[in-house]
Amino acid sequence: MKDMYEPYVTDDGRTIGRCLMDMRNITLRFGGVEAIKNISFDIREGEIRAIIGPNGAGKSSMLNVVSGFYVPQEGEVWFRGTKRPPMKPYQVARQGIARTFQNIALFEGMSVLDNIMTGRLGHMKTGLFSQAWWYGSAQKEETVNREAVEKVIDFLEIQHIRKTPVGRLPYGLKKRVELARALAAEPKLLLLDEPMAGMNVEEKEDMSRFILDVNDEFGTTIALIEHDMGVVMDLSDRVVVMDYGKKIGDGTPDEVRNNQAVIDAYLGVSHD
Amino acid sequence: MSTATASAGALVSVPHLLARNAAEYGGKAAYREKEFGIWQSWTWSQAQHEIESMALGLLELGVARGDFIAIIGRNRPQLYWSMVAAQMVGAVPVPLYQDAVAEEMAYVLEHCGARYVIAGDQEQVDKVIEVQETVSGIEHIIYVDKRGMRKYDHSAMNSMEDIKATGRAAHERFDRELADRWQSLTYDDTCVMLYTSGTTGRPKGVVLSNRNIIETSKNSADFDGLRAGDEVLAYLPMAWVGDFIFSIGQAYWTGFCVNCPESADTMMTDLREIGPSYYFAPPRIFETQLTNVMIRMEDAGRFKKWLFHTFMGVAKRVGPQILDGKSVGGMDKLKYGLGRLLVYGPLLNTLGMSKVRVGYTAGEAIGPEIFDFYRSLGINLKQLYGQTEASVFITQQKDDEVRADTVGTPTPGVELRIADDGEVYYRSPGVFVKYFKNDESTASTKDAEGWVATGDAGFIEPDTGHLRIIDRAKDVGKMADGRMFAPKYVENKLKFFPNILEAVVFGNARDRCTAFINIDLTAVGNWAERNNIAYASYQELSQHPRVLETIQAHVEEVNASVAADEMLSGCQIHRFCVLHKELDADDGEMTRTRKVRRRIVEEKFADIIDALYSGAPEVSTETEVTYEDGRKGSIKATLDLRDAAVVADQKRMAAE
Repeated sequence: MKDMYEPYVTDDGRTIGRCLMDMRNITLRFGGVEAIKNISFDIREGEIRAIIGPNGAGKSSMLNVVSGFYVPQEGEVWFRGTKRPPMKPYQVARQGIARTFQNIALFEGMSVLDNIMTGRLGHMKTGLFSQAWWYGSAQKEETVNREAVEKVIDFLEIQHIRKTPVGRLPYGLKKRVELARALAAEPKLLLLDEPMAGMNVEEKEDMSRFILDVNDEFGTTIALIEHDMGVVMDLSDRVVVMDYGKKIGDGTPDEVRNNQAVIDAYLGVSHD
Repeated sequence: MSTATASAGALVSVPHLLARNAAEYGGKAAYREKEFGIWQSWTWSQAQHEIESMALGLLELGVARGDFIAIIGRNRPQLYWSMVAAQMVGAVPVPLYQDAVAEEMAYVLEHCGARYVIAGDQEQVDKVIEVQETVSGIEHIIYVDKRGMRKYDHSAMNSMEDIKATGRAAHERFDRELADRWQSLTYDDTCVMLYTSGTTGRPKGVVLSNRNIIETSKNSADFDGLRAGDEVLAYLPMAWVGDFIFSIGQAYWTGFCVNCPESADTMMTDLREIGPSYYFAPPRIFETQLTNVMIRMEDAGRFKKWLFHTFMGVAKRVGPQILDGKSVGGMDKLKYGLGRLLVYGPLLNTLGMSKVRVGYTAGEAIGPEIFDFYRSLGINLKQLYGQTEASVFITQQKDDEVRADTVGTPTPGVELRIADDGEVYYRSPGVFVKYFKNDESTASTKDAEGWVATGDAGFIEPDTGHLRIIDRAKDVGKMADGRMFAPKYVENKLKFFPNILEAVVFGNARDRCTAFINIDLTAVGNWAERNNIAYASYQELSQHPRVLETIQAHVEEVNASVAADEMLSGCQIHRFCVLHKELDADDGEMTRTRKVRRRIVEEKFADIIDALYSGAPEVSTETEVTYEDGRKGSIKATLDLRDAAVVADQKRMAAE
């Protein structure tokens, strides 16, 4: 195997970045249930990495391990070359990891702008007092952060709903706002939990374009869970396939597509 | 710099005007664009600097005099500057409709033989690349928005930023060449080439000279007292002649400020923030705004509703008189003043029209109720009549002679003539030079003395001198029994109902008239919501029995009104159907300026028309549709065909 901490060029000419996150022999249990069984994989800089699998395969649990929300009973998580100790979610966010949720988790009563602004919290240094009175360095800080937020708004083309309360938006736009909030944090690693669930074809196309653009424009590494096979195969550079908590495949979309274990898991096995 | 000397010279081209403006209004805002949530602005001297950088970059790229440079994208200062930069180097800017699909673009790019294309963003670049598969003349693409462009092959492509940077770097080499090129422009050089939307057949390239644009801008700006310090919102397609006249011609002549919205979806918010003093909108926009106001009032509390309706009643009664400067009673004056404080003022502010000093609508007939609504609020809304071939202006209304049913008196410098068959002819300094590569059409439209046929039938009112337009001359026909058939007249009456978005009337050479109707999804959808009517799609809503009943009532009301006009009583609608899809420019049923292409609709829906005339109660049909990305699909539907009551013709009855 090639040195995982150095970038290399594949046979078909793509550059694979150095290893950003390395999951080593992860096992996660909830009481007697083993949600993840001894799984290892890596996420490399600048790639779009998909985690797929049938319902209950443990994908969301896996993403929660990556985001630091769950601490696995066994195994190690290495991030940018160092082993990661158990962390609070805000510490993970400071490290440069942002995420979106399967069920949208926005502040419904707040405007789109304010929601996205919350994504900048990790970049704010001033205290409660100066922010509340908009006093001293808080003024300058707000301007700087607002500018960053406006760039995201422009990027995701949601200028027209800037001041709209999130609760009034249709589903597809809420998903986009959630992505915007995650992007506002300027993450190194972006985790997307089913970014296209419940969307129609047009919305899926838009979302795919945004994911590719984010990856292309900001060089953000993206790990995503998605059910729509067409989308996954088109978007991602490499795919991990899970079934019943085990890893049954790992590789480029083409490799995964032709993997017998994956075909069996998705299409079922005949018992004759 | 050459600025000072040029301003003393004659103002014979847009670059000459730019030099004058930079010298005279150097510190005043020339352009604004909302970006990143803030209005960014550029003064005339900053704009001049940007434009010169672009022009130098174009020279560096090798643009020759007389080259055509196509410009595609939404209204952005960068693209307006591109047009002027193209003129500066002696090239001809050709703005294209940004929502045109690749094959429409291919025709225009091939026809004008554009060597360079300046595109707004990735979406437009993609279309140009697709066009390049069949059209070979395009040598270089310049794009404004860098987003998503990183991985493209840049061997014949650059960002506008690069072009400006290389231009600036090379200014020592090209300064003299640039000054020479724009200073040698004359009044008769081509200013811009605009393609007509093409209600019939292929688009034609209308060549307009500096004389056309500058004379027209001067006359029309004088007419309305436009001046530096006025504000306009540039949101209509850049490929449309009106936008060119407002945002370049008049803006450069008077030195007023052009404001570009953040995106198409934020236009209404941006309008409100800018508060333009000079505003143009097609009737459709005024209709939509009024519909929105009415919908929101339906949802308001009882007191607010009462307040709104009471004071709108007052406005309707005395508003127009007050606007025209006629005297009204003291009590009414007081009531109107109170209304302005409580209702009209806040409403105008919400609509973004608090500061409108001169407002225009044109392109289609506007419903008298809609027109009066805005005028009663105190907006100086007027009508004008024009076309690309005239550099817009043919007639317009004077401030104190505004009426809903005419299009006004000739603009200064324009002569009018009505031919024997009723067609309107005009002659003016704005009359176009020629159609590009189409001498035959040029000759059939413009005669040796410079008279141009408008293609519209109309007449001049003897006592007021106002022009009234009846219909497109081509569309006016005769019915089987010899009575006059004027479809537009009836369609306009139908479209005045908020529930009806579009209507197409048939009946030429037939014994009776029938119609297609498109419902307005905003209005009908809101009505459905209030009445608990569930629907899953446009198609389902359009065929809902209660919708059909409402539309039938509208059609019958129109019939009654048409019957009152002796000349046109034959145009009453005997049968109609509500179409299962909106007529759309992507499907070729409309032009990009949203005018119905009658022939194409007739051919495409021939089965439905046959069914209407055969008397069948319903018809099953399948229609091809084109999606926004150019892919095709089809929709099937069974349409209800309905009979509408007609008013018997009294005279004919008596005769029989």
